[in-house]
Amino acid sequence: MRLSRNTILTLIALLVIAGLLALAQAFMNPYLLRILNLCAVYSIFAVTFNLIFGYTGQFSLGHAGFAAVGAYVAALLTLSPSQKISNFFLKPIVPLLANVELPFLPALIIGGIVASLVGSLIAWPALRLRGDYLAIATLGFSEIIRILLVNMQPITNGALGLKGIPAYTNLLWSWGALAVCLFVTKRLVDSSYGRAMRAVRDDEVAAEALGVNLFKHKMMAFAVSAFFVGVAGGLMANLISTIDPKVFIFTLTYQIVGITVMGGMGSLTGSVIAASLYTIFLELLRPIESQFTIGSLTVPGIPGMRMVIFSILLLVVILFYRKGLMGTREFSWDWVVNLIRRLKSGKKTGSSGEVKS
Amino acid sequence: MTPLLKMVNVTKRFGGLTAVNNFSTELQAGELCALIGPNGSGKTTIFNLITGIYVPSEGHIYLGGDDISGKRPDVITGMGIARTFQNIRLFKGLNVLENVIVGKHLRLQSNVASAVMRLPGYDREEKEMRQTGMELLESLGLARFAYDEPTSLPYGQQRKLEIARALATNPRLLLLDEPAAGMSPSDAEELMTFIQHVLKTFELTIFLIEHQMRVVMGICPRIIVIDHGEWIAEGNPEQIQNNDRVIEAYLGASDHA
Amino acid sequence: MNFEAFLQNLSNGISLGSLYALIAIGYTMVYGILRLINFAHGDLVMLGSYVAFYGVAMFMLPWWLAFPLAILVTAGVGIVIERSAYKPLRDFPRINLFTAAVAVSFLLENLGIVIFGGRPKAFERPAFMDQMLNLGGVSIVSYTPIIIITALVLFGLLLLVIYRTKAGMAMRALSKDIEATGLMGVNTDKIIMFAFMLGSALAAAGGILWAIKFPQINPLMGVMPGLKAFIAAVLGGIGNVGGAMIGGFLLGIVEIMIVAFFPELSGYRDAFAYAILILLLLFRPTGIMGEVQAEKV
Repeated sequence: MRLSRNTILTLIALLVIAGLLALAQAFMNPYLLRILNLCAVYSIFAVTFNLIFGYTGQFSLGHAGFAAVGAYVAALLTLSPSQKISNFFLKPIVPLLANVELPFLPALIIGGIVASLVGSLIAWPALRLRGDYLAIATLGFSEIIRILLVNMQPITNGALGLKGIPAYTNLLWSWGALAVCLFVTKRLVDSSYGRAMRAVRDDEVAAEALGVNLFKHKMMAFAVSAFFVGVAGGLMANLISTIDPKVFIFTLTYQIVGITVMGGMGSLTGSVIAASLYTIFLELLRPIESQFTIGSLTVPGIPGMRMVIFSILLLVVILFYRKGLMGTREFSWDWVVNLIRRLKSGKKTGSSGEVKS
Repeated sequence: MTPLLKMVNVTKRFGGLTAVNNFSTELQAGELCALIGPNGSGKTTIFNLITGIYVPSEGHIYLGGDDISGKRPDVITGMGIARTFQNIRLFKGLNVLENVIVGKHLRLQSNVASAVMRLPGYDREEKEMRQTGMELLESLGLARFAYDEPTSLPYGQQRKLEIARALATNPRLLLLDEPAAGMSPSDAEELMTFIQHVLKTFELTIFLIEHQMRVVMGICPRIIVIDHGEWIAEGNPEQIQNNDRVIEAYLGASDHA
Repeated sequence: MNFEAFLQNLSNGISLGSLYALIAIGYTMVYGILRLINFAHGDLVMLGSYVAFYGVAMFMLPWWLAFPLAILVTAGVGIVIERSAYKPLRDFPRINLFTAAVAVSFLLENLGIVIFGGRPKAFERPAFMDQMLNLGGVSIVSYTPIIIITALVLFGLLLLVIYRTKAGMAMRALSKDIEATGLMGVNTDKIIMFAFMLGSALAAAGGILWAIKFPQINPLMGVMPGLKAFIAAVLGGIGNVGGAMIGGFLLGIVEIMIVAFFPELSGYRDAFAYAILILLLLFRPTGIMGEVQAEKV
């Protein structure tokens, strides 16, 4: 089998990244690891929102709900029976779940599948609606999920949430899941099915007249999207170890929309970049919110300041980058090779230009 | 011989408004037939009924003997009816070639999993779609635009691309909704030659709505005239030109086509 | 449930509904004109109540001065938001406008945390609003009728503005067809500003009344009323001012009444709004008063 230059470069890059992640996992402190893990989780959130809105044109605001489903399923499947007993001290857990304890991989996948089923179940009626009405309906479903989590005490432990979820998530899990998500999404949108989805996004009436089954393709986007959101939710639960329904309030979806728009609708690369920048940025600014001392001077922290700065930044980005940071461009080796070439020749023309002026 | 398209007593009401009233017609395979009528006489509604965008309030529509009334638009396309739109509706985010091969997606055999995995079966189909799509563009003189954005094409070429895209679904019946709208008379004439070329090369049946009477008279052997959603006349150009009801409909209507 | 309890619940529902309705109007006016789901609108509710709070607690103003002042300040902030965050984006893809609204919402909430502090504050109602009244054998607290009457007066004023003034007429025209209205010589910029001003003022009024009804204010207090009011606007048919009022009252009454009749469902109270919304959308996708708009093919 002959491999093209790009495939070889991709394989090399994947190996290098995997190696770097393994090194990071071994030597970085837990705080930095947590940030890197969250980068991957938010990247999955943004990539999947891009699939459903950027590529298929369905304005769905259900992400927080799908993530909640994945997170709770993965958490309940990985919590040890003794942890469950100490968690559910108000009302005992349903016997069915009391003694279940699964390894991480099946727990994640089951979480993804359940989220996907819930997503499809929601999409089934909601897809009759279009545009903003679809957005409102999915937002409503997402909030209903959250309210169910508060009220279904014997299963979810209600508003108290779940504590002591095993911290299985490490860089290989989170970035591995992101890699799979990117692979599947990219392959999907580039395939004939993805072409049909993009046609639906551009013009539903014309797409249907060309024989595209609207419901089937929208549903596909929902199901795939919700699956990976569920997996990301599971990764999040097993990263932060404590979840409660409030984590999955609809403003989480807003954050995801903001990130995706920042990165560029229709650019998966943009989604990953924006999600990572967002996560790192918020962490870098964390000190502002807690008290710190410079010499003898004690500066009180300003809670809320991080999000103030982030909101202003988001406004600036959408104002000056109409199509987000990346537009619809994607990372590609051809682009890199061209860039290197241009930089090389740019140096020459640049220096000659200086001579002229 | 069963007619290719048969509409029997089709009525479409929107609330209290009757857009199409008890309309019947037949189209034989291989025909080039025009549907004309004053503004707002229900021409596009008839197309929307045939393509399944609207469901008839009464009556039935048959394609080669199969009842298609009430079926979904994509299903009807799969059965062999394709169309273009009055206002051009190309996919702006897809290039010209992609616009065309979207029309081939409905014949795809491979499922989504094999598409994501790029299994050999899917790869073969994708290659075939690109190839036949490219051939289609070539035969219609659009191949040089294959990788351009559709909106960058000149207006007349966009109209042709819409026809090419419809042809990609392998239709038996092609519906053209005012293909010459917004064109100069000379461009319109060129387009009509193009339509005749399409009719012969692809061995199909064409039903077209047109506003510019002169254009229609030149190429369509048979013309159906409607007014206020009702059939008022049918015949060859000469018969239509001399038909009293047609003259009345056009002169009586406030706009002059 | 006896008759007195029923009446108590009903008045409670109507007063909650009038608050939803006040807030919903701003959503519906902005959506009608710009097709923008202005999710920052709920946070103006918070702003209104905080300005009123500081007016009374810090500047020692009497309530009849502090409350109108808070409404004015919030209306001004509404205009500033429209000018700085939404106007530059008007020709952008709609998702940008939506994201701007999200960003403004985050900004207001977190500025609230920065400036006012994250801890809830106790809003003190004027004494006369806190008296028990006996209306035909039913005892209710005086703020309940005060809220309802204030809201009704404001609705009346608003309808006067919309149907009897030039600006109001231009606003209605704008929501039918923004471009055509602009071509007819109406200054669309000014009218959009005016709509934001009106909407924000009503949100502030809603916020102050909300704080009178639920006298604990915090920087995130606008999120839930905002979302509910938005749902009320959609229930009534978004873009339709009368519909927003109907939707608001309906939602308030239904929320209170379901809990009153089925106390065991109280945990699901917040879910009713969504469930009603989804059901309605599925059977009548444009809301109670909304016009059916079919896409022209």
